[in-house]
Amino acid sequence: MAYAAGVDVGSTQTKAIVIDEAGRIVGRALTDTGANVIAAAQEAFGIALRDGKVREEEVEYVIGTGYGRYKVTFGNAQVTEISCHARGAVHMFPKTRTVLDMGGQDTKAIRVGTHGEIGDFCMNDKCAAGTGRFLGAASSALEIPLGDLGPTALRAERAVKISTTCTVFAESEILSWLGKGRKVEDILLGVHQSIASRSIGLLRRVGIEPEVTFTGGVAKNVGMIRTLEQALGMKLNVSPDSHYIGALGAALFSLDHIRASRAPARAGGKA
Amino acid sequence: MQKPPPALPGPGSSNEPRPPPTILGRGNAEGAKLVRRWFEDLDATAKAGGSAAYVFVMGSFAEVLRCFDLPIVLPEINSIQTAVRHVAHEYLNEAEDYGYSPDICGYVKADVAVQLRRGEHPMGRIPRPALAVLTNACNTYVKWAEIWERMHGTRVFTLDIPGTRAADRKSPPGSRSFENDRRYVEGQIRELIALCEEITGKRFDIDRLRRHMGWSNEMNEAWSRILELNRGRPSVFSALTDGTIYLGVSNALRASGAGARDFRELAEELTLKRAQGIGTVTEEKYRLIFVGVPCYPIFRRFNELFTEWGGSFVCSTYLWFASGGANRGFRFDLDRPIESLAEGSLLSVRDAMDSMFLNDRVTEEMIEEFGIDGVVYHPIKSCRTVSTGLADGRRALMERKDVATLFLESDMMDRRVVSEAQMKNRADAFFEGLAARRQREAAAAGG
Repeated sequence: MAYAAGVDVGSTQTKAIVIDEAGRIVGRALTDTGANVIAAAQEAFGIALRDGKVREEEVEYVIGTGYGRYKVTFGNAQVTEISCHARGAVHMFPKTRTVLDMGGQDTKAIRVGTHGEIGDFCMNDKCAAGTGRFLGAASSALEIPLGDLGPTALRAERAVKISTTCTVFAESEILSWLGKGRKVEDILLGVHQSIASRSIGLLRRVGIEPEVTFTGGVAKNVGMIRTLEQALGMKLNVSPDSHYIGALGAALFSLDHIRASRAPARAGGKA
Repeated sequence: MQKPPPALPGPGSSNEPRPPPTILGRGNAEGAKLVRRWFEDLDATAKAGGSAAYVFVMGSFAEVLRCFDLPIVLPEINSIQTAVRHVAHEYLNEAEDYGYSPDICGYVKADVAVQLRRGEHPMGRIPRPALAVLTNACNTYVKWAEIWERMHGTRVFTLDIPGTRAADRKSPPGSRSFENDRRYVEGQIRELIALCEEITGKRFDIDRLRRHMGWSNEMNEAWSRILELNRGRPSVFSALTDGTIYLGVSNALRASGAGARDFRELAEELTLKRAQGIGTVTEEKYRLIFVGVPCYPIFRRFNELFTEWGGSFVCSTYLWFASGGANRGFRFDLDRPIESLAEGSLLSVRDAMDSMFLNDRVTEEMIEEFGIDGVVYHPIKSCRTVSTGLADGRRALMERKDVATLFLESDMMDRRVVSEAQMKNRADAFFEGLAARRQREAAAAGG
């Protein structure tokens, strides 16, 4: 049995996926990226191998993706996370035509074709507003763990309006709402709505075509899923493996390579 | 009547003699030398206490100014020079410390710092402006010139050039509407001439105007020929990097004998490259159009983001609007110079404005004519004039044409808003998409 792998080195977390020849996930790993990007990639890959009970020599091809893709020193090639999220999302949800990926510092809107190919894409620029980092700022200002932000926001009665577009200034705006006596739940829903609004702006730039698949670490936040669904007026595809979709896409590209290298050469053509 | 571009020679066989080494690369080397000499002359003028005429790339009226021996300063080029020499941040910071907002045009702020430093610039000292000549092609020009008026008491002359009223609503030459516009511009040129006489104390010589317009004719003709040469494969010059050097000469030496000669020789060199099949990148895999203003803070690196994938910029809207519409190849009628200068200026500046505001139509035509694989839009933070509407233009183009596009945002001056890692990521994804598209097309063609 041969295996393929993808390692997604993101700004906050590193993800690794190992798949078998049928494209099924057999091993996965999620670690903090930290300062040593090379070590993070190696660690995630090692954990994914152990998780899948796969020996390293059984993995025929590894593709690195994410901002640290060139630091996947043991990898065979690099593909951007934009292509990988598109590919992974269509693999998970074949009717996907639009992908919203929300990570630690990046939010991407991607329009995809039937095979996961990129039609158009758009990302946040120069600023982390509308990304996971914005939620991190809220978590720190309100002293609520990241994982509790979504459920807390869903208990809101009347959302506040977060007007700042700057992640750093958002903290002071949150504190000022607290000072005015507004409930934490209402403030948090305002934060979620603010992020959703910016993300939907990106989606509109590429064109929103159903089905929409929500990927990335923030897709684990139920409050964000609900806020986006309400604003878009449609149900989103969300996988329990939303974190890993970039790494999965990279692994699928690796599998493509393995299959292409095994394909018999056509007469007069290349393999 | 415009002269049609000459027929293009096809790629020659390998048995044909190679061009002598003195010709290959001559255009860039000579162009850089001419621009350096221009700055040296400005430096000498400044040090002698002289002043200059400040003009802009979209309608400089150099033909008129040269009749009065007014040294020509192009503040936009001064600002670009600070960026490509990696000192723009010093100038921008100085202007911001003085009170200019980070949101104001980077060209303006770099120039403000040059003025505050009494003309000190990486290329030498820049003389003070005695006269500023501008058009309405860029709304910032008007406010920019007001700064010199306040700082130095500069005489400011703004030419109001009627633009295209709406998409597909150009008044054609010969029509009543066009003739009205032309007369309107002609009147303004006559006023400019009178102002130049007043400032310099020199009498206007119409034969001298004819001579300068003749040199502009040569330059315009060569420029349109040069742009046409990139229709062939491989492209013979990069519309992003080489093209910017050509633009420097086109603006700094417009209406001069040296400029005309340089462009003639450049056209000769590139024609030879075309005949020999010598391309600008080692392996041209993807032919691209560039829409917008280049990213000067990382000028070379920006281009490499594309050439690393075998991408070559074969056309650029920048080469149209930043040449003041010289790409049209308008030929002035020297028998009626002022009337013809008005007509040529009207057509060229109008074309320059359309290249910014209504670029989707021409971009669409270029895709077919130049065999384009993708269009790269580069909106820049500090230039609303060029950047506003690029998103709409892109959307309009994509609705009509199945073409890959990339929208890459940064700046032409301010490295604080230039994130190379983010730009590379987007460029890489763009090429991954292009490669996938090509594979699909090949698979479809194969059955």
